[in-house]
Amino acid sequence: MSDQTTFSAALLDADKPVPPGLGDGRGGPAGRRFDFYRNNVVSSLIDALEVGFPAVQKLIGPTNFRAIMGVFLRQHPPQEPMIAVYGAMLPGFLAQFPPLAHLGYLPDVARLEQALRESYHAADCTPLDPAILQNLPPETLLSARITLTPALRIIRSRWPVHAIWAYNLQDGAPKPSGVPQDVIVTRPAYDPQMAVAGPGGAAFTTSLASGAPVGAAHDAALAEAPGFDLPAILGVLISGQALHHLNSGDAQ
Amino acid sequence: MLDDTARPSALHGALPHGIGVGYKAQHYSDLMANAAPVEWLEIHAENYMGDGGRPLAQLRALSERFAISVHGVGLSIGGEGPLDSDHLDRLRHLVNWLNPASFSEHLAWSTHDGAYLNDLLPLPYTPATLARVSDHIDALQEAIGRPMLLENPSSYLAFEASTMSETDFLAEVAARTGCGLLLDVNNVFISAHNLGLDARSYIDAFPVQHIGELHLGGHDEDAGTHGAPLLIDSHGREVAGPVWALLDYTLARSGPRPLLIEWDADVPDWPILQAEAARAAAALARVPA
Repeated sequence: MSDQTTFSAALLDADKPVPPGLGDGRGGPAGRRFDFYRNNVVSSLIDALEVGFPAVQKLIGPTNFRAIMGVFLRQHPPQEPMIAVYGAMLPGFLAQFPPLAHLGYLPDVARLEQALRESYHAADCTPLDPAILQNLPPETLLSARITLTPALRIIRSRWPVHAIWAYNLQDGAPKPSGVPQDVIVTRPAYDPQMAVAGPGGAAFTTSLASGAPVGAAHDAALAEAPGFDLPAILGVLISGQALHHLNSGDAQ
Repeated sequence: MLDDTARPSALHGALPHGIGVGYKAQHYSDLMANAAPVEWLEIHAENYMGDGGRPLAQLRALSERFAISVHGVGLSIGGEGPLDSDHLDRLRHLVNWLNPASFSEHLAWSTHDGAYLNDLLPLPYTPATLARVSDHIDALQEAIGRPMLLENPSSYLAFEASTMSETDFLAEVAARTGCGLLLDVNNVFISAHNLGLDARSYIDAFPVQHIGELHLGGHDEDAGTHGAPLLIDSHGREVAGPVWALLDYTLARSGPRPLLIEWDADVPDWPILQAEAARAAAALARVPA
């Protein structure tokens, strides 16, 4: 084994011995000085996850959070040095972690928090002028394709995921009811914001994001939710500056 | 290897021989309104590798007012494996976009077998390490199209395999690659304490002609959990008195250099950091040009 293979394995496994050949500079053994590096690696990564996933931390408590993140980071250490977005694997890990099986909503809360971080760092993009939409004849709108801005995220959940997030992080937020919530994350200017999509809203937005014309996305939303409200979801996307470019089809 | 004409005078000219601080987003408005004596800012490269949003917008605005030093913390220059080509591309992209006054990285490793360990891990000073570090610096300098500064580490343990002193190692890297050096005076103080070395002897042996930048920061004492108390490079408080004295000693040898205050944990309100910057400016002003 290479020196750094031995060193890094011992960093992440406190049961492994201190690697050979390390000293205190005075002729003595390194001993517990190696623990300094062990603690740095583990606690700095857990700190980063605490910053990124405050609602998850609140839901399971700070002590459990640190213990469980210690397991996570050993299974899924960062694959790149941008710590501000470390944790993309956390929702999947939480979904498969037996001691947390009773908190079925936890992975969706983690997905929402990761979506907020990704949105924050996404590329800037000029929003579509709403007047272009308003001036379009309905049949032209239905055949148009609309590209969406890179900061948009769609979180579909069978839990009241937004309400759970808000209840844990915002003063005075009401107790979650049992109603499932889909969340549309948008970023007007620099701060991500969340909107709970009405029935079919997430299906419509997902379809639009995949490149479908507005009419086809509308059909997909109606198939899922007969009460789908097109103006409502367009309002969410327009106010969130999530629409980028409209191709009316004439140019194709 | 880079053209010899790029060193060392071009390095010294890149940042002003004045005071910089490590940039924290909570100081944005204060810096824009009343930065003196701060003339330049250091940013951590990895915090500006998103595609857009507020971090890059703030950096763009700051770069119109201040010289910027980009300080990488995640390249793993001392890693046994090859450099991460994706990360090299991200660094190249950031440097091309920002055109900073300086780029620096650490004599350390932080990535192994694809896993990023989020710490600056130590290296034995051997011919093999020297060859590897020099190759990696060549590759980085090629990627970003300019010379870099390499920073001395804070050390908590020593390698029995080392055959060179840290100062000889750094001098040889600079000679081989044409890179400049970033001398962290607080790191010298910490390493000397932790490994039983003499800090002033380290400064005496340091190849000061290659210094492109000096760092200062606060440290903490670890309360005996590691046997003898260790000094920890915490960047969470004022610069310690003996480190200010070591700075004066260093400046007397090196002459004026760009001088940075690092305060990364328990970040204070701007007036406190500004007072540290003023103290650093006074130390710099005492040095004959």
